[in-house]
This record gives sequence, structure tokens and C-alpha cells, in this order.
Amino acid sequence: MSPAKRAAEVSGLYVRFVGDAEVLEHIVERREGAKVPKGSVQKLLALKEDQGPQECEGSVGEQDYLDALGTGATAGEEDGGGGGGGSSGPGGSAVFTFQTAKRSHKMAQMASEMARAPGRTVTFCSPGSPEAAGSPSRGSRGAAGETRTPPKVRPTGGRGRDVRSPAGESWASRLNSFLPQGRKVRFVSSTPHRLRKRLAAPNLRSESDSDLSPSHSEDEEDDDEEEREEKEELREAELTTPSKVAAAALYRTPAKKPKKGLEPSLVEEYFTAHASSKVTTSDRTLQKLQTPKLDQETLARLLDGKPSSYADEINQLNKEHEKFFSKWMLQLQLGFNVLLYGLGSKKPLLERFRTSRLLGVTHLVVNGFFPSITLKSILNSITVEVLEHQGSFRSPVEQMDFIMKSLRQDPSLQVYLVIHNIDGPMLRSEKTQQALGQLASLTNVHVLASIDHINAPLVWDQAKLSLFNWLWYETTTYLPYAEETSYENSLLVQQSGALALSSLTHVLRSLTPNARGIFRLLAEFQLESRDNPSYSGLSFQEFYQRCREAFLVNSDVTLRTQLTEFRDHKLIRTKKGADSVEYLLIPVDPATLTDFLEKEDAQ
Amino acid sequence: MATSSVSKGCFVFKPTAKKKRISGAEDFFVDGSEDVENGKLRFRLCQSTWDEMKEEIEQVQEDLNKKMLDGLLEFVKKSAASFWCRDDDWMSRMRASEIPTAALVLGVNMPDHTITFESMTELLHDSLTPFVASVQAKECTAMKQLMQKVLQRLMGTNVMVDEDEAEADLGFHTRDCPQKRVNCSLSALCDWYQSATKKSPVKSPRKRLSSSQSEFLQSPPVVVIFRDLEAFSPQVLQDFILVCSQYVHQLPLVFIFGIATSPSTIQRMLPHSVSSLLCIELFQSLSCTQHLATIIDKLFLTSKFHFKFSAKVLQVLVGIFLYHDFSVCNFIKGLQLSLLEHFHSQPLSVLCCHKQEALVHAQQLNDRDVERIQQLPSFMRYVEEQVPEEQVQLLTSSEHVKGVCQKLLKSLHKYHKNFYPALRCLHVLTSILPKYPLGKQIRELYVLCLEKKVWETQEYDSAMQLIRMLAKDELVTCLQKCVEILTFCKSKKLKKVGQQLQDITATCEKLDKLSDEGNLVDGEEGDRENDSSGKGLQKTDLFHLQKTLLEMKECRRTRRKTPYEILRNAVVDYIDNLVKTHLYPPESQPLYEVWYYSSSGTVRRHLNATPRTSIQTALSHPYCYLQNEALKNDSGIISSAAPDICIIYKLHLECGRLINLYDWLEAYATVATAAEGKDPSAIEGGKVDELKHARFIRAVSELEFLGFVKSTKQKTDHVARLTWGGC
Repeated sequence: MSPAKRAAEVSGLYVRFVGDAEVLEHIVERREGAKVPKGSVQKLLALKEDQGPQECEGSVGEQDYLDALGTGATAGEEDGGGGGGGSSGPGGSAVFTFQTAKRSHKMAQMASEMARAPGRTVTFCSPGSPEAAGSPSRGSRGAAGETRTPPKVRPTGGRGRDVRSPAGESWASRLNSFLPQGRKVRFVSSTPHRLRKRLAAPNLRSESDSDLSPSHSEDEEDDDEEEREEKEELREAELTTPSKVAAAALYRTPAKKPKKGLEPSLVEEYFTAHASSKVTTSDRTLQKLQTPKLDQETLARLLDGKPSSYADEINQLNKEHEKFFSKWMLQLQLGFNVLLYGLGSKKPLLERFRTSRLLGVTHLVVNGFFPSITLKSILNSITVEVLEHQGSFRSPVEQMDFIMKSLRQDPSLQVYLVIHNIDGPMLRSEKTQQALGQLASLTNVHVLASIDHINAPLVWDQAKLSLFNWLWYETTTYLPYAEETSYENSLLVQQSGALALSSLTHVLRSLTPNARGIFRLLAEFQLESRDNPSYSGLSFQEFYQRCREAFLVNSDVTLRTQLTEFRDHKLIRTKKGADSVEYLLIPVDPATLTDFLEKEDAQ
Repeated sequence: MATSSVSKGCFVFKPTAKKKRISGAEDFFVDGSEDVENGKLRFRLCQSTWDEMKEEIEQVQEDLNKKMLDGLLEFVKKSAASFWCRDDDWMSRMRASEIPTAALVLGVNMPDHTITFESMTELLHDSLTPFVASVQAKECTAMKQLMQKVLQRLMGTNVMVDEDEAEADLGFHTRDCPQKRVNCSLSALCDWYQSATKKSPVKSPRKRLSSSQSEFLQSPPVVVIFRDLEAFSPQVLQDFILVCSQYVHQLPLVFIFGIATSPSTIQRMLPHSVSSLLCIELFQSLSCTQHLATIIDKLFLTSKFHFKFSAKVLQVLVGIFLYHDFSVCNFIKGLQLSLLEHFHSQPLSVLCCHKQEALVHAQQLNDRDVERIQQLPSFMRYVEEQVPEEQVQLLTSSEHVKGVCQKLLKSLHKYHKNFYPALRCLHVLTSILPKYPLGKQIRELYVLCLEKKVWETQEYDSAMQLIRMLAKDELVTCLQKCVEILTFCKSKKLKKVGQQLQDITATCEKLDKLSDEGNLVDGEEGDRENDSSGKGLQKTDLFHLQKTLLEMKECRRTRRKTPYEILRNAVVDYIDNLVKTHLYPPESQPLYEVWYYSSSGTVRRHLNATPRTSIQTALSHPYCYLQNEALKNDSGIISSAAPDICIIYKLHLECGRLINLYDWLEAYATVATAAEGKDPSAIEGGKVDELKHARFIRAVSELEFLGFVKSTKQKTDHVARLTWGGC
């Protein structure tokens, strides 16, 4: 590289004398006929030097690739987005939005905004929104408070700062006014910390900037990024507090050209949100509701009768997907495996596919969302029911080998494997996926699976992906995940405990009266201390004492034997406490336990 | 036939005997299209094209691996031979306890290696030794398993893992596996090897071997292949090598390491004490980019196959290759998919086959297909260019259209025959230019030519300008290569071009001899001139510099050109002309849609899908999927009438790390009440309609199921948020 060029690269920072000879050499064409050194040719031409060093292998420039993918993405959204008509797909920034780090009333505010205009549409995050623009007073007030207040969590009883908006401002205020008087919104700000960080940032940046050579391949994108970043900041500015704007301005000025301004702010927001372990949400709990928890049955009953809004559109969407059935069969037969993704339960769709196309062939349905599905049960179904092999295997590996061998030997046997939620919690393990992949790679096994979790693709590495040989299909159905979530121990759903109760009674019925007495004792104790949140179980010693007093056991060995039996039936759980004492606990919720005791009494 | 149950997650369905019916892929291909015959024909064409392509690919891969495999084979042979005559040679005595090891550097695209290893095992098996064991890291997590796998694969029997373990389930297993169980140790392997080689003169080597190798034939080497060295646990590997080195006198062991990264991995994994027991020879496989280049070269830059990619599709596939996996297998999968999609979606693809066949098919087109042809954009453009009478004919008479169609197909074939040699010539000339204005790889140039008229691009201009500066010897070599390409092609027109280029090259060389002296004089003069001007300007100011430059410019303008320069310009003009006549983008050709697959979006969506984007789009912009006016709006706005889960999702975006369920529920209830047209202020604290509560619960459970939130014990009735912006 010639010195002149180097000089150009460290632009402005490096001055040196350039001899005329060099200048001449630079500008004037060498004599033709003589061998032209490659270096000088480079200089003569206005090639796009700013593009930086081209990678040797990269055929398509990065930009091109992004373009290709980008246009493809929007085009894809247009023509294939599950029947999405002429609407252009939303850009990435619109899809992956993150509004603000923490403002506990924000949600209520938004809700009120949405509610204020029922049926019609309301802006809540665009800069032009009347709400965002029209309430500077509130914003500045809050912000001023924020900067002044050091981060501190107010004691619940104390007079926390009220963040209610000025009266008549929005529905949020009304919502708030409904709250019981004692409620205070704890509002913790970490702005000073953020500010400090931002103040510190520019210095670091300018240093690192000078190290960067200008011939960076990202140059082209930079403008783009800057623009985006500017927009982002604009929105931030309007959304968040003035202090932040000031901070942003501070951040801006010293650095000549804040590249990648977008990233740090996102990253910062992430860390500020995760920095303190303090929770900044309100203290209200669901106990305030008249019906704190609904059980599964009530839930199903309530939801069953209600027709879904947009049923027509959803039907239409699903009809569109059904058109692919033949294509799926074709592609399955040609050695691909089909993977469905997209919002909404895909079980009904796959079920329709199964009943319309697979009835004539051997097939296997696996419910990956089933909480106790195991690889073993899948493999067993194949060996026992499909291959009709009697006999057992020592390990899953052996079983896999057997299946692979038998299926290879009999190419006429075609097996279709329909897996609902191949990303289900029980199927996520590396070994299970490996085994499923090996199955899928067989020529006479055809896999049709669905995924729902947003991080599902992380389950597969390159090797597994090549085993599965997926063709991805977007099938957004908008159907409720009724069955998939029915197993889940959701926070809100009260477990009816019907299953637990029946198993309890069944097991106990087969025990001796003494054993029943022992269990009863434990249950009663647990119910007595149900209001004690720090209750961690009954210690063994104390339990033994009580049992002795009730003439249930005569030695601690007898009790231990009994407890082992309980444990084997999963009736109790033991836990070692901090003082290394064993604590005993019945892993059933109090309601079920009460039911159980009542039933016992009735007998 | 229910597939849901609370006690079971796996259901098997077997067809009853009478219902058993297996439809072939053909039926599914035809299904849904109105013209069954046409569909069947297309399916057959698709299959035959794919078979041809697959054959070609296999051939290419075989050729590519051949060099490395031959070297490897030679190495194994040599090391086995040295095992038997090691007493004679001092060198071999020095390495008596070393295990010959071949380190194969294969590249990071692990899944692609399977083919390489398979062909290697086959080759070894066929020509050298029946004793080949190939192991993968994931099946050998401990020494015991590794030993077991190796022995099992070499001896072909079940191997006892551990005495007591085997005994424990002996009663259980004796019935099922009557095979002989052997103790799992290398000494057992030695014994077995002795008896195996003594018992039967090994039958496997099929190739005739000279008599000098009879000894070798009697005791073939034992090859152990470690497919993915990096993934093995170093401890296991070290132990295994140490044990093996103890038996190296009795067993002619040879190791083969498959390495994905770099040979230094061996040093990193094995301490010196262990690696000194190995006698390592390095083998380098072809890089995957070269592999891809060859595949593209053989499948697309040829008129042999008629199925083609449009620029976008090729870009997407190459992009996936370069930016995601470096996997040639995946590229081929993309090819297979696009081939299938093309024949499936384009009814006119019946014409995408060999020339004679295509002409016959064109004759047999039915009215519907003729209509389709008339609707092709490229055909419409063609019609517009015709004289009015012809236009009428083309639009009314289907017979006439068929005739024209045949003519156009012929010209399409001819166009491709000329296109590729011309492309190669251009690539030969531009690939030596500094900075590669038109791309280093031919596929880049190809994409450029597919996209638009290449001579209208700025890059082309700069390339031509650079060619005008090429030195003579460089130009001559390039031209010679071009001549070579052109003489091998079938087209007469291009052969003539080749002839002319040949002449030019000859003239050029002649020129060389003639004007050697003259040039020399010229050159010296010039040098002197340069020198003097240089001296004069030693100390510079801008004024002087400008003056000199102007002078020089004047002088250059008047200077006459050397014969070589004139010739070179002629060559460039000639090449330029060649490009302009033959490298028209395919879009300009009528009926190009029949050959070219252009739906890059489909390919990308099926191979490189973005499930998360799709889910998030569905949540934040339901109108993209549900075309209901109530949902229609601009970005960043959501209607309160949106599906529950969308509202819940939008509300959760406003929260921080933790979300209070009660607040969430209340906010949701406000929105939902408003959506029903009631006054949201009617809700009172703690009184949420049961139905709304249920809907809320369902939506939250769904978000939990999708992985946006999870329950947490940090605070009562709170859930933790799991996503953050775009991360």
C-alpha cells in the first residue's frame, strides 16, 4: 500500500510531505507498453474504494444480500403471508418494538387510550399521537421528579410519590382512582445512573472512533442506521422524559458521528431494566378479585360458548393453509420433512391433514406439549405397535438402532410421524431431538411437525437441521391454543386437583389404618399452617414425636419405612432444610387437601 | 381416533387392510391442477431432470474428493506396508510405537462430511481392508463406549461392556441376543484379529494385488475413523491412544481424524506425551466455496440443463450458503426444492426439457396452455414488437402460436448455447483485474448478467477501462484461455469468434517480435523524459505542479499510440461487442419464464424461515393475516377490537421486567369493555366479568406457551417478561 493511500486512510490525523514524484505517479498514467504495476492501476480508477476490502469469497456484497433478503421478506409477507393481500409487511422495527423500560402506569394508560376509542383505532406509540404529544406537563413533572429522586424503593406504608396523571388527563387516572386508598405506586427511577453512563459514554466513544479506519464496509449502512437511530431517538424523546432528551443531546454532541447509536441505547435499556433487583410494579394481587382463580373446567365452559371474533377471516386463513395439503404430501414423499410455524394452534390443521390424507397409511401422532411425553414412549409406540416387536431394550440407543435397522430393511413400510409441538418442553433435550432427527432422516419416515415457542429454532444445530431436512411453512391460524395450554400449570388457573385427589384416595385406601393415620396427621398439620408463608414442612423429629403420641408408630424405623412408601407413591416430598433437618411436605394444594380430609371423615 | 388424552401423548394409527392405499408422489403432484395429463408429464420431467442433476452432482463430488481420497488410500497402504517390513528399516524402527494417523481437514460444514466419510469407508473397504470402524463423538462419551463401538464395528458382534452389568441382565437378554459376547478389550481384538486373518485369506480386496503384497493382503490394516475430532472428550481420546499404542506391534492400526477447524486442534487436545505416539500426516479437502463453485459451474453454467435460477433465487441460495451454513448439501436441497416448485407451479414447464422433446410438447399444447403462453409477460413483449398482422395472428390463432413457440424455443436454446461461453470469456478477462470490478467468482458475474444488461453497469465500464491497461503477456494468456473456451463450444458463431481471437493473439505475439527493439528505444526515451521532469520538480509548489501536469497532458494527447495499444483497443472493442451480442439478460428472451424459476421469496421462506418475526407480526399487526377492516390501520396502532392475544401482547410490551397480573387484567378489561361499546368506567375494582377474566387467562397462558412471559416467584401474582426489543 502506498504511503499516500495510507495517509488517506487515517484521514486528517496524519500529515506528511508528499513529493511531486509521488503526486505525479499518482495522477499521470504510466507509459503504456511497460508493465503496469497493479497498485498504480488501482489508484487511477475511481473504483468504489470506500467499499473497503472486498472479502475474497463473498460473491454477493453484504448489502446485496441484505437487500435480497429484505425485499424478499416484504415480498414474502405480501404474497405468502397466509393470504395477506396487498398490504405491505411491516418493517422489522415495527415488529420488534420496545417502548419504554418501566413506567408502571404505562399499561393502564395505554389501555385507556385503546378503550377511549372503542372500535376505532388509537395511536399509542407513534410520535404524532395526541396522548404522547399532548401531555408534556405530566411528562416533565415526572421527569423532574425522576432526576431529583435518588433510586429508592419507598416502603409500602409510606407516602409514595403518586404518579397519577392530572385529573381528566386520561383514563389511567380514573383507573387509579378506583384503587383502594392504601395503594401507592412505587416508582423507582434509575435515570441518574443512566445519565452518568451516558455522560461517560462519549469519551469512550471518541477514543474508539479514531481507531476505526474509515474504510469500513459498514459505511453504506451507517447512513441508514443513523437515520433509524434518529427516528428512534425522536420517538424516545417524545415518549420518555425530557431528562432523557437532554442526556441524549449530551451524548450526541461530543461524538462527531455517533455510529450505532441505536445499539447502546437498547443495550442500556436492557441493563437498566435488569440492573436492580427491585421490582417496580404495583403491589396489587389477584386476591383483590372476587374470583381470584378460575379452575380449568369453568374456564373451558366460559370460553366454549363464546364465538371468536373474526371467525370468518380465521376460517378463510385456515382454508388457505389446507390448499397445501397435497403439496405437503408430495414433499414428504420426496424426502423433505415439513415444519409448520406461526401464531395459533396448528393442531386442528394437522388433524385435518391427518384425517384427510393419512388414513390410508401407518402414522403416529405425538403430542409434544403433553407434559409427560418421553422419547421412550415414542420409541415404544414404534417398536411395539408399528413394528410389532415384542421384547424390550436395554437403552434408547439400542432401541433406535433396532428401529433404524428394521425400517431400512423394509422400505415398503412408510411411516408418517405427526408431531404437534416438536419444541415441547419434554422433547427439547438434545438427545431426544437427535433421536427424532435420526428417525426423520430415514427415507421411509416422513415427519410433519409444528413449533410455537419463539425460540424454538434454537433446538437444532446445523447437524440436526440437516438430519431433519425441514421445509418451513408459515401457517398462522389465530386459533386458540386450547389443548396445548390446558396442561399447563398456569398461575391464574386454579388446579381443580381432581386427579390428585383421586390418586390420593386410591393409594391411601390400600394402606393400613396406621399408615392412613400417619398421613392424616401430616395433612392436618400442613393445613393448620397453611397461612404461614414460610412453612416449609414438618420436621421428621417432630413428626415422629406426634406419631408416637398418637400411638401410630413405636420406633422411628417404622415411621421411616412408612415414609418411604409414601414417597414412592409421590404422596409426600422431603426437603433438607438449612439446618440439615429433613422436612416433610405433601405436594398438594390446601383446597385439595381439605377435600381429601372431608372425604376421609365421611367414610 | 382421538389424538388428545390426559394420560397418553403418543398415538399410533395403522390402516386396516382394506383401506390400505398408498398414493404415489405423482398423484399428489397432480392433485389440485386441472390438467391431469399435463401434470403427470411435468412430474416425470421434474423427476428426470432431478435425477440427471443428482447424477451430475454425485459425479462432481466424486471427482472433487478423488484426489484427497487417493492420497489417503496411499497413506494407509504405505503405513500398513511399513508395519510388516519395519524390522529392516531403521526409520521404521524409530517409529515403531507410533500409530500412523491421517488428519483430514474438512471444513466447518459438518453435515456435508457424511458423504465424504461414506465414500471413504466404502473405498477403504473395497480396495484395502475389511476392518474399518467409524466412530462419532456423540456415541462415545466415555472410554468404555468408545472401545465398545470400535470393537463392535470391527468384529461385527455384540461386545460385553462390563462383566457385572452384563451378568445383571443376562437372564433377560440371553433369549434375545444369542450372539457371542466378547470381552471388551484390545487384547480381545488382537486375538480376534489373529484368528480372523489366519482363518480365511481375507476376501474383501477386490482389486488385484501384486504378489509382493500378498503378505499385506493376509493382514490388512485396522482403520479407525474419528469423524469429528473436536467433539471428542480429550481424556477419552488420550486414553484410547495410549492403550492402542501398547498394541501397535500386534495390530496394524491406522487412525483417521476428521477435523473441522484446523490441524492445531490435535495439539490442543492431546498433550505432547500422547501426540508423540502418533505419526500424523495432513490431508486437506477442497474448501466448500470451491465445491459450490464447481457445482454451480456444472449445473448452471451449461446448456445441458434447462432449469435455471433467476438472479434473485441464486442470490438467496448463495446468501444462505455464505452467511448461514457453508453447506453445499443445503444448497442442493434448495435446488431440489426450487426444481419441484418450478414444475409444480408453472404449467408451461412442460417445455423445460431437451430441445426435441420440448418441440413435441409445444405441438401438443392445449388451448388453455396456449392462453397461458399468450399471457406470459415476455411473450407479450415479443408480440408488441411484431408487425400488426403478425400481432393479430399471434393473438387469435393457437396453431400459429404453437409454431412461433417452437421457433422461440429453438432460439432460447441457441441463446443459452452462446450465453455461457461468452460469460466464461468475460470472466476470464475480468477475474484477473485488480479489485475484481465484476466479481472474482464466476457466479457473481453470472448474477450480474442475469439481473440486467451488464454493459450498462458502472462496474463493467471500469472493468473495460482496466482491460485497456493490461500488459501484453496478461492479455495474451487471457485471450488464449478464451480461445480455448470458445473452440470447445458447440455454437458455430462462437467458434468463428474464437478463430478471430486466435488471429489476434497470433498478431499480438508477432508484434512482440517485430517491435522488440523499437519498444525498447521508446521506453528508454520515456524514462529519460520522466527523470528530467522529476528532477525539475523536486521542490514543488502548486503552481509548478499544475503547469507540469498541463504540459504532460498536452504531450500525451499528441503522442501516437503504439501498435500494441491499437491492437489492445481492438480486442477490447471486440470483447465488448461479443458481450453486447450474447450476454443479454434472459428476461429479454421470449418464453424465458418456462426455464427460469424466479420466486425467491418462496425459497427463502421455506429454507430460511423466521418463525419469530412471523409470530410477532401476527401479534402486533393482525391485519397482515386477518383482512378485516376493523383491524386495518397504520403501523404502531392497534384497534381495541383486535384478537385478545394481540391486545394482551401490546399491553405487555409496555411493561418492564415484571408484570403485575392484576394490573394487566385490569388494563385488559378496560380495553375489552370498551371494545364492546360500553363505558369502561363502569368497571369497579375487583369486579371483572368472568368471561373477560377467562379470556385474559387464556391469552396469558398462550403468551406463556409462546415464550413471551413466564411465571415467577419473585413477587406474588407477577410474571416475568422474557423478551426485550428485538433480542
